Amino acid sequence: MDGMHDLGGRQGFGKVGFAPKASPFQASWEKRTYALRTMAGQLGVYNIDEYRHAVERMDPRHSVSASYYERVITAIATLLVEKGVTTKAELEAIAGGGFALSHPSAAGRTNAPDRKSFQRGERVRVRNDFVPGHIRLPGYIRGKTGIVMYEGPLTPFPDAHAHGLEAADEPTYDVQFRSEDLWPGGAEAAVIHVAVFQSYLEAVA
Amino acid sequence: MASQQAPNAPMEQRLAAVERVLEVRAHDKGLSVEHTMEWQEENLLAENGAKVVARAWSDPAFRERLLADGKAAIAEFGIGLPAIQRQVYVLENTPAVHNVIVCTLCSCTATTLIGPPPNWYEDLEYRARVVREARTVLQEMGCPVAPETEIRVWDTTADTRFMVLPMQPPETIGWPADKLASIVTRDSLIGVGRPSVAGD
Repeated sequence: MDGMHDLGGRQGFGKVGFAPKASPFQASWEKRTYALRTMAGQLGVYNIDEYRHAVERMDPRHSVSASYYERVITAIATLLVEKGVTTKAELEAIAGGGFALSHPSAAGRTNAPDRKSFQRGERVRVRNDFVPGHIRLPGYIRGKTGIVMYEGPLTPFPDAHAHGLEAADEPTYDVQFRSEDLWPGGAEAAVIHVAVFQSYLEAVA
Repeated sequence: MASQQAPNAPMEQRLAAVERVLEVRAHDKGLSVEHTMEWQEENLLAENGAKVVARAWSDPAFRERLLADGKAAIAEFGIGLPAIQRQVYVLENTPAVHNVIVCTLCSCTATTLIGPPPNWYEDLEYRARVVREARTVLQEMGCPVAPETEIRVWDTTADTRFMVLPMQPPETIGWPADKLASIVTRDSLIGVGRPSVAGD
């Protein structure tokens, strides 16, 4: 889905709120949430792709105004409700107030049936795919051409894995793009490396 | 939608509610948030990445192994990767190339080498801007890159992780490993800072 989470290359933002050696956690509940997320993952109620998609499915207004760790809690709670571990009413009763959850999921998809293997140095094009469900493709490379640098480890196909569909493992390719190809006339010169799932790529004719 | 929703409970209470509904399942599996926090405090440390960098600076054979297969090389230090993190690429900075890491889609990080990501790494500005205007962003963050140096931005969109191998300050050549490790900051492992020699 073309959601608010897909931030690469969006314009209009101010300076990064950077401080050297900044703490990862702004409050003790954030640190606890970080641990809870790991522990909840180990319970096996949901997988990492379902988790990422639950973050992406937050209402856009909620998503951009929430802190990172509010997004974490919202995603975990959404999945616990969707998986039948609890209900929104129970969460709200315990929390003593509202508990906004993410929107329901749209359809996922399985691995591309015609996916191909690529060699180091090969030019590839990112398929012009638009999907309503989970995808680990940043919008800024869609339809763009780059060069395969490495073949990465086999990983379950996220577009299926986030939706309870059969997800075959497939390689992710490290693909190198030039910023001037991604944003012609609209970016500073740089080389951009993106890890791209095999199903997202096609050979350049 | 927000319009039909009671105002959200404070974050601490929403966290407590999620913890409560997972309590029995966690107990049955011998898991707890406290134990997980302790494990994270001891294992998710930028000091791990710093140790690896110090060794790479002083041991050319290790540096070669590290650049060829990051996961195998960090295992020599007893450092692992969480199950979903399948490989780690170590990105070598040189006078010609400066590497910097981001996750534009969420906040993926090589946590056992870099630690939990800092707040700014998870925030909208860094994720939106660094892929498109890296030189300006790095300048703003106090890490200017020479005009003749190519910037490579690595977007963590799959379950391969990245760590930058910063350049060793020449005045530190010959230092012992622990002293070398002490100058390697977390920010330099992300590529938004440089090793800080005392007195800088």
